Amino acid sequence: MQGTSDEALIVRIAAGEKLAMQVLFARHHVRVFRFVLRLVRNETLAEDLISEVFLDVWRQAGKFEARSAVSTWLLAIARFKALSALRKRGEAELDEEAAAAVEDTGDNPEVAMQKKDKGEILRKCLGELSPEHREVIDLVYYHEKGIEEVAEIVGIPENTVKTRMFYARKRLSELLKAAGVDRGWP
Amino acid sequence: MTTTNTKAQQLRDDIEALLPWHAAGTLSRRDAERVEAALANDNELARRYDLVREELGETIRLNESLGAPSARAMDRLMAGLEAEAAAAPRRRTFNVGAWFAGQISQLRPRTLAWSATAAALAIVLQAGLIAGLYVDGAEKAQQTAEMKAPESGGMKVASVPDQNRAVRSLGGPGSVAVLVQFAPTATVEEITRFLDGFGRAQVIRGPSSGYYTVRVATKDDVGRVVQRMKDNTGIVRSALPSTE
Repeated sequence: MQGTSDEALIVRIAAGEKLAMQVLFARHHVRVFRFVLRLVRNETLAEDLISEVFLDVWRQAGKFEARSAVSTWLLAIARFKALSALRKRGEAELDEEAAAAVEDTGDNPEVAMQKKDKGEILRKCLGELSPEHREVIDLVYYHEKGIEEVAEIVGIPENTVKTRMFYARKRLSELLKAAGVDRGWP
Repeated sequence: MTTTNTKAQQLRDDIEALLPWHAAGTLSRRDAERVEAALANDNELARRYDLVREELGETIRLNESLGAPSARAMDRLMAGLEAEAAAAPRRRTFNVGAWFAGQISQLRPRTLAWSATAAALAIVLQAGLIAGLYVDGAEKAQQTAEMKAPESGGMKVASVPDQNRAVRSLGGPGSVAVLVQFAPTATVEEITRFLDGFGRAQVIRGPSSGYYTVRVATKDDVGRVVQRMKDNTGIVRSALPSTE
């Protein structure tokens, strides 16, 4: 079953086949987890949410229309779950938890600058973006989603996706500049 | 002159907006070629593209450093599935359709597999198996089942082959047969609703070359029925009169 397409797995899941569910989970859970974790910044909550995401897949597999890739569908469900959880628990509370829950393995941007590690500074600044900007950057760069797919996951028009990506990158450059890295753009 | 400059700048901005997707390799071939052509002739754009590639690399590194969820996530999911199964055994009524879809999907393109699944499930639904299986459990799904009826004291709930025989008996005057190819995006619910909208039309055979034979009880001529079916563009990809 490992070679079975995602779409065929969804058919089997709709038929109540738990093994197909396990295969789909094994195939996608790490990426879905990382997407959710970047939004909620709490590992325990992110784990709970991915279980709920795949449970939703189990319940709704019969309604999947195959208009988009299964991975896009999963991320759309995951995003909805993450935002619902953020609303429910309050972002401030989660941000406080984030500091303790997500292990901080590096220096802050200024200290990193002193160490001249541009890559680390960039990663730090990526972490400082707003959830909205983090989300679009992750979807495009890490989850390899096209403009249309991002629009579907986030629920915004395609032109807005491009604009949002532009402003996310612009904000990233501003953060880098503030941390001492002037990229000469924008 | 100003208009030309504005247009050129707009074009450049459009291309620049596509750079992140070009770096990720998710642009269409046409757009990718446009970006490549622009990069070859614009040094500043090429420099900015290097910045995008840098962001791409570090975003991947950042995400990869996040690790993976513990086994707790899978355990929680499986517990959830068990709870769902205990609470709603109805899901198992889809076994016949899944088996059918599995067989077809090995032989046909993905699109057809979806259509086959949908139609197979529609047959199961129409046969009244849902009602029978809801009560009796999934194990009886592929067998002919007996169900008590208040009035008669007992009646046959047909298995799929039995149902097909029953459906064929609907043929003749007062009904027409149509060859239908369902849209690959149509869901089971949509197809069921669609068939119900044609006086509980029945899928009696298929797929053959992607087409299902659907029997419709109607006094209309087959041409009208075909046209009405074609009007459901989201559900029906193609409909033709059958010679049956």
